Amino acid sequence: MADNLILRVMSKALIPVIILFALYVQFHGDYSPGGGFQAGVIFSSAILLYVMVFGLDAAAKVLPDKALIFTASFGVLLYAGTGVVSLFLGGQYLNYSLLANTAMAGQHIGIIVIELGVGLTVASVMLLIFFTFARRTRVE
Amino acid sequence: MIEYILGHINYWIIIVLMMIGLYTMMSRPNLIKKMVGLSVFQTGVILLYISMAKVTGGTAPIVAEGFTTYSNPLPQVLMLTAIVVGVATTALGFALIVRIKEAYGTIEEDELEMMDNEE
Amino acid sequence: MISLTIDIVLLIFLLVMAFAILRVHHLLAVAMMFGLYSLLVAGLFMVLDAPDVAFTEAAVGTGIATVLMLATLAVTRVTHEKELKKTNKRALFIVVVTGGLLLYGTHDMSNLGDNMAPAHTEVAKRYIEKGQEETGVPNLVTAVLASYRGFDTLGEVTVVFTAGIGVLLLLRRKQKPRIKGIQGGR
Repeated sequence: MADNLILRVMSKALIPVIILFALYVQFHGDYSPGGGFQAGVIFSSAILLYVMVFGLDAAAKVLPDKALIFTASFGVLLYAGTGVVSLFLGGQYLNYSLLANTAMAGQHIGIIVIELGVGLTVASVMLLIFFTFARRTRVE
Repeated sequence: MIEYILGHINYWIIIVLMMIGLYTMMSRPNLIKKMVGLSVFQTGVILLYISMAKVTGGTAPIVAEGFTTYSNPLPQVLMLTAIVVGVATTALGFALIVRIKEAYGTIEEDELEMMDNEE
Repeated sequence: MISLTIDIVLLIFLLVMAFAILRVHHLLAVAMMFGLYSLLVAGLFMVLDAPDVAFTEAAVGTGIATVLMLATLAVTRVTHEKELKKTNKRALFIVVVTGGLLLYGTHDMSNLGDNMAPAHTEVAKRYIEKGQEETGVPNLVTAVLASYRGFDTLGEVTVVFTAGIGVLLLLRRKQKPRIKGIQGGR
């Protein structure tokens, strides 16, 4: 579809906005609707649009499979690791209150960190799944 | 009586929706159609939970000044994660379909069964 | 009242879409209609005061799930399903019985939006009253998702991760056929 002018111009205009929105949803998720799951799927839908218009090779240059596998595992690790950190600080698993001086600040840090982990995992797993399917559509 | 119907019609339509999904899944031999039916069924279940969370006169569960009633956040949380998990598992199902097509050359359930019986 | 009207109109649209999905044999059309169905569901979530869920459904159902369905159709090169000559009586029987039992079950449920329903007066009440105080986060969905039910979410993330690994294991080729100079996007 890379030769369709309307698609190319429109998607070039839309993709940065979608990615910006995904980041807003990720980091402003405490105050407005949003969070890691939503941001992850919105981000991956932006890349999906890019792949459908400009082709898989162009996207794979920016996001190689190895990097995606790394970020997917890193997200889960970040989430589980936050729990382990709070264990070492003397609390229960995933009790964020001990991550900072006051319970409130600790909760806030914990929520932001684990939402980041969720976002990373969801976005990279969705992209991995899509890339794997898209590779299959090529010449046998 | 009229109050009872107005309060429950939402659930009834959703249940019919779920049953259409279930019937699609059970009666069609095509595996892709089965997956679509499963997704329709799944969306029906999610809708049922979300409509249980609704409170009349309430707003979205984001605490702000000037509001006192909020809809129930708990079903929303559970269904939010269920949607994302649902698409991931649906993708796994599609991957299996792709492999079945490569191994058997068809994705119609009755033909698959016939091929298995011949062997 | 107005929200109930919109709710019912959207639900009737959904019924039409679901029935069309059941009846249409062209699989590409089924995939597109499923995308539309998901968009309608996302609209319905907005009416039911669940913006977080609506976000997710709009991006997942309309975007990712539909595209995955199209990708599967492209890989398997299937365009139509076989048309059935007769209705499947056994499936219809099971569906009617299950649906009847579920409809009977709704008799015990409280009316839509009833704020005295047991679901709203026990644990959810505490989340709403104490949520911001205890976590410092105004968005209660985020507070419950990340803090109160952190274990649950950890499990869900692990499931997503595992599903991703499963797809990779099933579909990844050992030697990736890279043909230089050919754009693969279709």
